Amino acid sequence: MSATPTTHADSTPADEAAVRRALSSSARPPLPSPLSATLTFGWRGMLKVKHVPEQLLDVTITPVMFVLMFTYLFGGAIAGSTGEYLDYILPGILVMSVLFTTVYSGVALNTDLTKGVVDRFRSLPIWRPAPLVGSVVGDSVRYLVAGTVIVVLGVILGYRPGAGVPGVLAALALVIVFAFGLSWVFTTIGLLLRSPNAVMNAGFMGIFPLTFLSNVFVDPETLPSALEAFVNVNPISILATASRGLMEGNVDAGDIGIVLGTAAVLTAVFAPLTTRLYRSRA
Amino acid sequence: MTTQSPFAIEATGLVKAFGTVRAVDGVDLAVRSGSVYGVLGPNGAGKTTAIRMLATLLIPDSGSARVLGYDIVREADKVRSVVSLTGQLASVDEDLTGQENLVLIARLLGLKRAQANARAAELLEAFGLADAAGRLVKKFSGGMRRRLDVAASIVVTPQLMFLDEPTTGLDPRSRNQVWDIIRALVDGGTTILLCTQYLDEADQLADGIAVIDRGKVIAEGTPAQLKASVGRGALHVRLLDSDQRPEAERVLAHELGTVHLEADPAALSASCADADRAAEAVAALSRSDVRVAGFSLGQPSLDEVFLALTGHPAEEYADAAAIADQEEQAA
Repeated sequence: MSATPTTHADSTPADEAAVRRALSSSARPPLPSPLSATLTFGWRGMLKVKHVPEQLLDVTITPVMFVLMFTYLFGGAIAGSTGEYLDYILPGILVMSVLFTTVYSGVALNTDLTKGVVDRFRSLPIWRPAPLVGSVVGDSVRYLVAGTVIVVLGVILGYRPGAGVPGVLAALALVIVFAFGLSWVFTTIGLLLRSPNAVMNAGFMGIFPLTFLSNVFVDPETLPSALEAFVNVNPISILATASRGLMEGNVDAGDIGIVLGTAAVLTAVFAPLTTRLYRSRA
Repeated sequence: MTTQSPFAIEATGLVKAFGTVRAVDGVDLAVRSGSVYGVLGPNGAGKTTAIRMLATLLIPDSGSARVLGYDIVREADKVRSVVSLTGQLASVDEDLTGQENLVLIARLLGLKRAQANARAAELLEAFGLADAAGRLVKKFSGGMRRRLDVAASIVVTPQLMFLDEPTTGLDPRSRNQVWDIIRALVDGGTTILLCTQYLDEADQLADGIAVIDRGKVIAEGTPAQLKASVGRGALHVRLLDSDQRPEAERVLAHELGTVHLEADPAALSASCADADRAAEAVAALSRSDVRVAGFSLGQPSLDEVFLALTGHPAEEYADAAAIADQEEQAA
């Protein structure tokens, strides 16, 4: 595939003398810090968005669809009125949309592995997790886009968060931190499975039920008791509750602690696992 | 920081198996600093696996190797800081532009933003890619991609460069350009380990060659020694009319001796090292009213080298596909 000629005319040939000059003019600089290498990979992720802006569609169109569909289709049935349901579901949809987006971190990593450029990254003398951390950091920008779209749409539809702009920003930050932790689960899956499609399927098979078996859409009190017990300990429920609390100004500090703790544990377990798999990949 | 040893690469008994397939089965290599060393073999012979071990991308099952004095397992980070790799798939990012690719690598090697931009511009100019700097690499031709790939490998001049089949699939013009670049690198003092399927390429570039087959080095020497061990070149003839091949075979057998009928029904070849005798043989064909579409005097092909060295043709092994599969699964 790399050798497939395209219809573009070839460029001018290389100039041997210039190649020699280019060789002699370079001295080896000190290697970049882990942070600098990571940010460079984050920049790579941004460039891909710049060249293929369509890939932002899934983080913009889908959330818009969810907000409109759930608010107007189910709002009356679940909460009695669309306005009341919007207050309940908007932070929930924020959580759901951002968490769905984390699956793409795994898909993107799996896609990357099929390309020769990974060999070059792995043969560079850089901090070894940098390509992974960098791409996950880059993905955070996608989460931010998804979150912003949802909140702006909510405000247009009449959502008025009690804690104002600071509350919304705090909720967004909390969701993104959790998403950062969760995306390591999907990068691990991305390295374990063979095709991007398999990663996508496995990812959604996990995230879909977990999200629906939470308090994102419905008040758990209406559920059978066994289900209610599960929903109440589901970290996604706690994240949704904490986000609502931050946006309304009545957050429980314990919930925030649990969310941050879960993100930390996910990162501590799955980030090293991802790095190890990435290193040992043949 | 470099070693006292005159060898840039010293490998002993390298072994790597994927499942039951021993892709590399006890390879020893000694590559002198400042030379171009060719590793020659068909697909699936174990070239890529060997290069990936030396470039620290794979850990050998057994055996050991030192690259510029550093152990490839225990001192992998040090190895990575003095080598660069141009992989079999072009090791560039298709979703970025040529310029962005080089800036990315430059930044990862520690250049500051302004330096990285300047370095990228300098390399694009030197490699004849300045016009395509802002174009996405997926729209590059195969030759441009390879040049960018090599440029990315010398953003910071490496002491040792691994080149895995740098011209496979390229047209002759692009191939010559890549060869010119490799020669310039060698003049600049870089040691090169070159994997190739083409004897021609190893002959053009390499000071020493190891022929590798089924994971083992089966012959080693200078290109001249290797060709001498294999025998002679061959006259390749293509006929206008395949019905005349029996007649052509008779004439060539009379003039040159052993004749080989090729898969193409209008083509045949005869071993011959001497241009004058080849010319006479072609003239003899013409006297016998055999109409010739074209002819060439070639060096022994890799096929012939293989046949001579191993007694079996250099086909792509069924194992090759199995190895590719296993490598993928090993993840």
